[in-house]
Amino acid sequence: MNKHTPTADNPWLALRNLTPARIALGRAGTSLPTGAQLDFQYAHAQARDAVHLPFDADGLAAQLSERGRHSLLLHSAASDRHQYLQRPDLGRRLNDESAATLRQYAQQNPGGVDLAIVVADGLSALAVHRHTLPFLARFEEQASADGWACAPVVLVQQGRVAVADEVGELLGARMTVMLIGERPGLSSPDSLGLYFTYAPRVGLTDAYRNCISNVRLEGLSYGMAAHRLLYLMREACRRQLSGVNLKDEAEVHSLESDDLASQKGNFLLGKD
Amino acid sequence: MATFVHTVGQMVYRFDSLKEVMAKASPARSGDYLAGVAASNDGERVAAQMALANIPLTHFLSEALVPYEDDEVTRLIIDTHDAQAFAAVSHLTVGGLRDWLLSEQADETSLRALAPGLTPEMAAAVSKIMRVQDLVLVAQKIRVVTRFRGTMGLRGRLSTRLQPNHPTDEPAGIAASILDGLLYGNGDAMIGINPATDSIASICALLEMLDAIIQRYDIPTQACVLTHVTTSIEAVNRGVPLDLVFQSIAGTEAANAGFGINLNVLQEGYEAGLSLQRGTLGQNLMYFETGQGSALSANAHHGVDQQTCETRAYAVARHFKPFLVNTVVGFIGPEYLYNGKQIIRAGLEDHFCGKLLGVPMGCDICYTNHAEADQDDMDTLLTLLGVAGINFIMGIPGSDDIMLNYQTTSFHDALYARQTLGLKPGPEFEAWLARTGIFTQADGRVRFGDNLPPAFRQALAQLA
Repeated sequence: MNKHTPTADNPWLALRNLTPARIALGRAGTSLPTGAQLDFQYAHAQARDAVHLPFDADGLAAQLSERGRHSLLLHSAASDRHQYLQRPDLGRRLNDESAATLRQYAQQNPGGVDLAIVVADGLSALAVHRHTLPFLARFEEQASADGWACAPVVLVQQGRVAVADEVGELLGARMTVMLIGERPGLSSPDSLGLYFTYAPRVGLTDAYRNCISNVRLEGLSYGMAAHRLLYLMREACRRQLSGVNLKDEAEVHSLESDDLASQKGNFLLGKD
Repeated sequence: MATFVHTVGQMVYRFDSLKEVMAKASPARSGDYLAGVAASNDGERVAAQMALANIPLTHFLSEALVPYEDDEVTRLIIDTHDAQAFAAVSHLTVGGLRDWLLSEQADETSLRALAPGLTPEMAAAVSKIMRVQDLVLVAQKIRVVTRFRGTMGLRGRLSTRLQPNHPTDEPAGIAASILDGLLYGNGDAMIGINPATDSIASICALLEMLDAIIQRYDIPTQACVLTHVTTSIEAVNRGVPLDLVFQSIAGTEAANAGFGINLNVLQEGYEAGLSLQRGTLGQNLMYFETGQGSALSANAHHGVDQQTCETRAYAVARHFKPFLVNTVVGFIGPEYLYNGKQIIRAGLEDHFCGKLLGVPMGCDICYTNHAEADQDDMDTLLTLLGVAGINFIMGIPGSDDIMLNYQTTSFHDALYARQTLGLKPGPEFEAWLARTGIFTQADGRVRFGDNLPPAFRQALAQLA
């Protein structure tokens, strides 16, 4: 105990280098010291703000337009965030007006598309605001080299992952990719998830999708995410399926190296 | 199916089955609205509670909420019902049972004797007409004591599961969180890791590591890696040291099928654990996790409300004499439990129903960032469960699970409960903490040692 402050220091502070966990926080009596307590509250506040930040779909559409990309603005059957959080079934479907818009678009543009790109706020509009444009720039650069035909970008407010199935079905898309804000963690309020589905149709379960998670500056890079997505697209078209039967080989490889890492010793057991 | 009619003044309420009375009598929560089984307004809810209070307990033995023919959990409940134990309350209605539980006739001894005579549906029913203080008061009378390498559930004790999760299962990172927890006096219920990777090789490596740490520092606790029961069986077959056998369970056969299990698979897991004979004080070795909403999320709820489905999971649990059962109350998200109020009530219901059925209940007092809940709500639930005599809670660095991305109770939170409620860790671990000089506890007050324990100082020196 330091004589000048009422908090106890942590002699094991060096362990912080070994994990991102909130270890060695010290104590005031037996409670959290003020600094650690407020750091936590701020992290939680950021996560909460990300959940409730409204999706600026108009702004995103304008930015896409500047880059020559047309977009369609749609809304799920969940009327607001309050309903969205309690009724996942409504977030998985388009509202009637949006479904009509898509049908009309499909009539005017017959023939279907290879890939429908769907963007939804999910649980973090912050993630979508930050990462949609730079990710799409990287992805479309590589995708156009492969010769894929993409539909307009479809923006869905109050959307969940499965709403992309309805979008894909109505557009006659061979594949969909959903860009969606993931549930914010305390240290990751802006994590973007990519969900890929081959032959999308209403009623599919998550077993038919492949997920590329944690796209953000501190996580998976745009380039790596685009690389993985294109790999999935090529394999899905070759094997005509997506989901649990279509594993991402790159991911499998990285999991195997984790196995090797866990064979190593650690400081509690000596350097064996 | 019976029809229940209840009249209040001019209003006549009609319920077409026991299942409907139970669902509509449930205090409001988002999952029951999502399932479309909740009362349509507050008046109907209380009328359903009044109707439920008038139903004789014996009726629960003749009207199954999930058909006997379709569901092995119902068959387990009915086939193992102890009529002799039930005799003490068999003349009562649900309302009469509430009064009896609150009366002086219900004490630690009579409640222990009653447990095998109650079905989960009876426990769920009575909980629906109880206030928070009733759920706390009755649970507090009950003790469910279990043993492996340590003793859980004694009066005046509160144990903690040290949960040292890491996003990539990095051994040094896990070890850092373990040491942090031990130095804050956590970990007597178990050191239990949720692995990030589910390959058999990495599960075995984690089990070996936990066993080596427990042996090296002579810690009177048990290890658990929370993997599928079939993976644990495989690890046992490979000769890997394994203390507790984990599995997520739910209250219907169909929901359990969604977890890839049934009663036979659980029995195989239990026997695999027993075959190792690793418990020094006892052989309670199953560790189950549950949570309201799991049956609905698997579309396997049969129109039964989520709290009753949850309570049925405790019938599955108690069949295997578990070491601990953990209701992970706020993890599932706001579509099942919307806010702090709903999470708090659910945690207390689960603890009460589990204890009443003779299950060693703990609670992962937790929430996600899209629920309308915060640390204040968790403090409230922790305090209430501490008073109610909960067997164990989670302990994690700074409340932040960096692998599962949710918030649960911290090492510091457990110390708060020790200080305010005078609750000590399990006796074997309390002695270890004193022996190593981490802390001692007298009159509730926690006194930390002045210096780091020598063995751990040596380990830290390796990092320099």
